[in-house]
Amino acid sequence: MVKIGVSASLGGLVLIATLAIPTHKLRAQSPDSAQSAPDSISQSALSTSAPALPAAPSGVEAVDNPNDRGGSISVSWEKSPEDNGAALITGYLVRRSKSSTGEFIVVGEATQGAMSITDNQTTDGSDYYYSVTAFLETAGSDGKKSRLESVASAAGPARSSAQWFNSDRGICLIFALFISAAILYFIRSAKSGKAVYVRKIAGLEAVDEAVGRATEMGKKVLFVPGIQDMNDVQTIAGVAILGRVAELAAQYDTKLEAPMNKAMVMVTARETMKEAYTRAGRPDSYSDNQCYFVTEDQFGYAAAVDGIIMRDKPATIFYMGSFFAESLILSETGNAAGAIQIAGTAQPSQLPFFVAACDYTLIGEELFAASAYMSREPRQLGSLKGQDVGKAIFLALILIGVTLATVSGLSDSALWDVRQFLLVN
Amino acid sequence: MRREIPLIITTVAGLVFAVSYFIPHWPFGEAESIFGDWISIVQAFAIWLGVLSLVKVSLEKVSRQPHERPYALVTIITLVGTIVAGLWAGIAGLGQTPMVSFRDTAAFSWIYEYLYTSLTSTMFSILAFFVASAAYRAFRARNFEATLLLIAGFFVMGGRVPLFDLALGSVTGVDTSIFSDFADWIMNYPNSAGQRAIMIGIALGIMSSSLRVILGIERSHIGGES
Repeated sequence: MVKIGVSASLGGLVLIATLAIPTHKLRAQSPDSAQSAPDSISQSALSTSAPALPAAPSGVEAVDNPNDRGGSISVSWEKSPEDNGAALITGYLVRRSKSSTGEFIVVGEATQGAMSITDNQTTDGSDYYYSVTAFLETAGSDGKKSRLESVASAAGPARSSAQWFNSDRGICLIFALFISAAILYFIRSAKSGKAVYVRKIAGLEAVDEAVGRATEMGKKVLFVPGIQDMNDVQTIAGVAILGRVAELAAQYDTKLEAPMNKAMVMVTARETMKEAYTRAGRPDSYSDNQCYFVTEDQFGYAAAVDGIIMRDKPATIFYMGSFFAESLILSETGNAAGAIQIAGTAQPSQLPFFVAACDYTLIGEELFAASAYMSREPRQLGSLKGQDVGKAIFLALILIGVTLATVSGLSDSALWDVRQFLLVN
Repeated sequence: MRREIPLIITTVAGLVFAVSYFIPHWPFGEAESIFGDWISIVQAFAIWLGVLSLVKVSLEKVSRQPHERPYALVTIITLVGTIVAGLWAGIAGLGQTPMVSFRDTAAFSWIYEYLYTSLTSTMFSILAFFVASAAYRAFRARNFEATLLLIAGFFVMGGRVPLFDLALGSVTGVDTSIFSDFADWIMNYPNSAGQRAIMIGIALGIMSSSLRVILGIERSHIGGES
């Protein structure tokens, strides 16, 4: 049992508050040094008015953070009765100790209105005790800040541990396994020679025509693979399309240029283009200068590509990958230059811009289907069929959900009224 | 082996990432951060390849393409100038805390604040004009779908600002929010439904694409089939 003393002089009036705290010593603290706090609040801190000590939070709980790799404990509490937005409380301090009677040190601070924090600095298997206090920060006439703290509410022991399965993702795992099984089944089925029907995708059908147009006009084809790195699946899809475009460009003997935003994408794209030119039987036509790095900066890249478009006036421009704000800057410039433009991205927020500015747009999943669609490789086409099974499942679930929600809504209101009407009459 | 090793790395990394999404326990839980560190290291080295490529292409433009010469010269001069300013600051700050002196150096900060930031802001601000020109083309009522888009756009734009409600209120003498409510309805229901349909398709596309990469069916990113 430890006591804390707070005293202040206010025009002859002396305020003395003494608190009994069951677990550890609490102090009025400078916000700059939460762990090495002074023992008492300076008198100047309370020189103009003497704020009341905040009421303590209640119901403190400390539990192992669920579904994680260990090393963290969640601490939650019920708000202090004075935590009502009236500036009677500045926030909460969370302290931790390895024993209920040991020294508690500050491990976290939460703002007014908060009801939990996560302590990410625990060792799995060790017991930890926590205390939470509400505090009010005050500033004296000299500008020095001090804190008044409430009585502590304590909880514990709690022990962190790593989990073997993230239970929040159970449903996701079931869907992933089911859809993956469907994809694998159709890949196997297509491999055994079963014909796979894939609907026509206008944007991909237009690739040959677009490269052909550049050939007829004697101008270059420009390929822009987005601004994300190779760890983004959209970039992988974009590079796959680049392979097909490069093969066509090699066959038609049309110049293809690909300015890059990421060095790793440049290296990969060069390899893909080199292979494509070799497949087309024209390995000598390929040069590393066709695929070059510009800058990693988003708008610097947009400026460079805009410059290339306006100076060289390419006949055809492909935008395939992950795009952000630069999407419209690039595609509107291409539009102004009179190029035929084919875009594809899985960024829903950029799709309207591409639809408005480009001749053809691959919407979301069509970008990922492009490689399979253009290669016509049976196993890849089979994976698209498996994807369709996933869509059918989601469609059915949405229909069931909408029906249930509608029936539930009706039973709550309209159906209830009808039932009442029938009962009365 | 030129094909097999990248395929094995892709398959192992893909499977470990997929498993770590569901199993947080060691070693899977750590895998994501370990691979993330590796990616950062590889990216840091790859940037040198990028800079070499930029210098090589720019020098060739200077020597062989007269119409590209001014732009290539600007690129080389600014690249070298920025590197020199940064290195100079680093050398000058060797006796101090390097990063502090690096940030505080006049030349490097000047380049960042008065060249880089203003040029970036200029490019971003051009977007406003492009939005206007793209919207003008998109909202032309050429067919049924474009007409629907025009009508929806008209009500959403009118409802997002208080103009329509204010005009109707001034005519009827009653405060109303009918246009903003209708704009909200368009955004919350037809728009959200369309966006979610696209996002479900994207999620399935990513899953299918990832499986193709992990299983080695999709090999375009490592140069193709041969």
